[in-house]
Amino acid sequence: MAKIVTFSIDGQKCMAEEGQYLVDAAETNGVYIPTLCNMTGVPPQGSCRVCSVKINGKLTTACTTKVSEGMEVINESEEIQDLRKAIIELLFAEGNHFCPSCEQSGNCELQALAYRFQVLVPRFPYLFPERDIEASNPKLFKDHNRSILCKRCIRAITDERGRRLFAFGKRGDRIGISIDTKLAANISDELADRAAEVCPVGAIIRKGRGFAVPIGQRRYDGQPIGADVEQAK
Amino acid sequence: MKSIVQNVLEKYNSDATRLMDILIDVQEDQGYLPPPVLAEIAETLDISEVDVLQTVSFYHFFSTEPRGKYSVYLNDSVVAEMMGRAKIAEAFEREAGCKFGEVTEDELIGLFDTPCIGMNDQEPAAIINGVIFTELTAFRVKEIVNGMRAGLSVEELRAQSLGDGMNASESLHSTVDNNIHKTGAVIFSDYDPGEALAAISKESLSPEQVIERVKASGVRGRGGAGFPTALKWEFCRKAKGEKHYVFCNADEGEPGTFKDRVILTERPNLVLDGMTVAGYAIGATEGILYLRYEYRYLRDYLEKILADMRAAGQLGKNAGDIKGFDFDIRLQFGAGAYVCGEESALIESAEGKRGEPRDRPPFPVEKGFLGMPTIVNNVETLCQAAKVVVKGADWYRTLGTSQSTGTKVLSVSGDCKFPGVYEIEWGFSVNDILNMVGAETGEVQAVQVGGPSGSCIASNEFSRILSYEDLATGGSLIIIGERHDLLKVVVYNFIDFFAKESCGSCSTCRALTMMYRKTLEKILAGHGKRSDVQAMLDWVPIALASRCGLGHTAPNPIVSTIKNFRHLYEGRIVNADETFESSFDLETSVAEANRTVGRKL
Ligand SMILES: Cc1cc2nc3c(=O)[nH]c(=O)nc-3n(C[C@H](O)[C@H](O)[C@H](O)COP(=O)(O)O)c2cc1C
Ligand code: SF4
Ligand code: SF4
Ligand code: FES
Repeated sequence: MAKIVTFSIDGQKCMAEEGQYLVDAAETNGVYIPTLCNMTGVPPQGSCRVCSVKINGKLTTACTTKVSEGMEVINESEEIQDLRKAIIELLFAEGNHFCPSCEQSGNCELQALAYRFQVLVPRFPYLFPERDIEASNPKLFKDHNRSILCKRCIRAITDERGRRLFAFGKRGDRIGISIDTKLAANISDELADRAAEVCPVGAIIRKGRGFAVPIGQRRYDGQPIGADVEQAK
Repeated sequence: MKSIVQNVLEKYNSDATRLMDILIDVQEDQGYLPPPVLAEIAETLDISEVDVLQTVSFYHFFSTEPRGKYSVYLNDSVVAEMMGRAKIAEAFEREAGCKFGEVTEDELIGLFDTPCIGMNDQEPAAIINGVIFTELTAFRVKEIVNGMRAGLSVEELRAQSLGDGMNASESLHSTVDNNIHKTGAVIFSDYDPGEALAAISKESLSPEQVIERVKASGVRGRGGAGFPTALKWEFCRKAKGEKHYVFCNADEGEPGTFKDRVILTERPNLVLDGMTVAGYAIGATEGILYLRYEYRYLRDYLEKILADMRAAGQLGKNAGDIKGFDFDIRLQFGAGAYVCGEESALIESAEGKRGEPRDRPPFPVEKGFLGMPTIVNNVETLCQAAKVVVKGADWYRTLGTSQSTGTKVLSVSGDCKFPGVYEIEWGFSVNDILNMVGAETGEVQAVQVGGPSGSCIASNEFSRILSYEDLATGGSLIIIGERHDLLKVVVYNFIDFFAKESCGSCSTCRALTMMYRKTLEKILAGHGKRSDVQAMLDWVPIALASRCGLGHTAPNPIVSTIKNFRHLYEGRIVNADETFESSFDLETSVAEANRTVGRKL
């Protein structure tokens, strides 16, 4: 059996298996650390920075850090919470997010976090970037306006030979997500479902299906994101 | 007959981690990377086409479209602007008959912008088909373009006297100048090839003893962060792994820095011996010298030196006559991306991927190149360490200050009489340097210390001392005279640079650099408010949540000028009324609607 380590989050004593990532370890202890780019079962890559915490005084991402004995974590200080709120605002101002007309509304993790953090008006100027909508694939619909560039699709969606179906294109202020037209042309239903599922926002939508679950009954319509973790405590 | 592409793939054993080399070789042969070729590469490497393309599109020297028989990359860094780049760009456009970012209709000439190419002391400068052209004038541009039309080779186009020092040598044959204005005791002093290795074998130093000696000398990293070199080596030596690797970081992408280029030109053996010494210390068998693509012109020269070293037994089996120590070095080129100078991005790039920095921990000393313990050191750091091994820690400690030992090579450019390279002992003040380089102190508005990621200081700080304990720097000083519009010419150029060079992986760095740029644009356009200036200060903690140093330091050009030149911001704020959104302009907002319905205002 794995070694058990003790550590603390905001002064609360926690225990976890050594080698567990801090987000997961926190969850086991009933503490919610917000995430966007992280996904269970896929190696983490700290892209969104929403899970930022202070560990022994240093700012780090909880999704990429493994717990160790005696770690002192600050998760919910005013400073950290404002940082997270700022990051969510950044993502809204960077892209084009019109929640009322989005198929993902209510299931969207970005929107849910905005509610949880009570985002009203972003502190940043809207960039209104010109981005495309890609509809050529028979099963998937890509709305680049909504992508928060979290890399989940890049990391999680591969074919049976391990080849990636999604990838970044360019860098910096011109970065975007590209889909491999050849490989995606014959994408299986399962993989197409999975692609739509891994996307935390409405940037990858499954074609030929819409509003299967009505607004009002969606994942975050009843309770805020993270509430399940906190209630399990 | 096998296709060129298949030959290249075979040369690199169809190894996907050598994708950078594969792409560079194919592009140099074909002039660009046609999509069918990328498909062929993807097929052979058994990765998807988007995966190949995500590496290709990360680097600005790669192109999937033809970039002209002659591709002109004109530097657009701050110092180039200060030295009259605009006129040169205009001349190129006029003579070639196309705009920057375009290729002439006959596909003869392509004109492109590129950030700092490491020639700040001889601007305006451009790279044409890999060859460096410096100190351009409108007249030269006309000559060059006429030469292109006449079908001359790039070498013929250059038709200029060769540069100083080794630049004029047979195997380098370049018009680039070193401009070494001050030599010092460590780097630009006498060094016999192989001397550092000879010291190890003569004194029978163990790897631990080498590390001890470097530790006693107090050498710290010269690449910017100032990490104690011996400590890095020790961590790596102790880390478990089948193989250990030494990387020499010659990416030198920080605008305003060019000293590594000069060191590689004048003291290549000191650099390469430094890598070998480091390899011995950490227990490596392979060293990789990662060079930015801008320095491709050094390739043949460096390859020849490596061949000479192998012939002299300084590399290979029992390298430097040290029993049981096998070590060799190869060159690895980037393809245009500033962030690749960040050590973990550099490793990613060397593995054939996008130069996206890694999450840490684990640090490269534990898990670096191909997952193995790896050290990454700056060119100059390795030279300093090699010299310590030869001449001893006591000797070394007599140079510099008590906490900053040794010498530092500076890259000085901008408004001064003698731009170029200076090797000084740590402990000079900024004023000393201004006097040394022939800058008229009364006419200096600001000095940018350490490039865009460093700080922009005003005359009240010119008495500060260059050292790790006061004003730490990777060694670049850009002197900005009174005649320049600091915000518009300098600060805007820097923040735009960061927005373009961010790898784009972290939300905070990618989006925040764009927010800074947009807000500065607003202020420059005369729509700024006091609260905009304050907001840019308030955003700093968000930047600090980024993954790497690029994101952390990206606000520095703005933040340090708000701190030191606040009046420049205040002077641009025309409207003190904070209650309305001053950037909203009714006319532009309804322009499209007006056009659509044919309404004229
Ligand atoms: C965006 C960025 C760019 C960098 N570019 C360089 C570079 O061009 N050359 C360099 O030596 N170090 C560069 N560094 C620092 C390296 O990450 C690393 O600290 C350095 O190579 C370590 O060598 P040293 O200890 O010998 O200084 C850069 C860091 C960042 C964050
Ligand atoms: S498409 Fe969706 S999953 Fe992919 S990067 Fe964008 S937001 Fe993330
Ligand atoms: S801080 Fe910027 S450059 Fe560094 S990893 Fe993040 S996005 Fe990339
Ligand atoms: S969830 Fe940790 S960085 Fe995105």
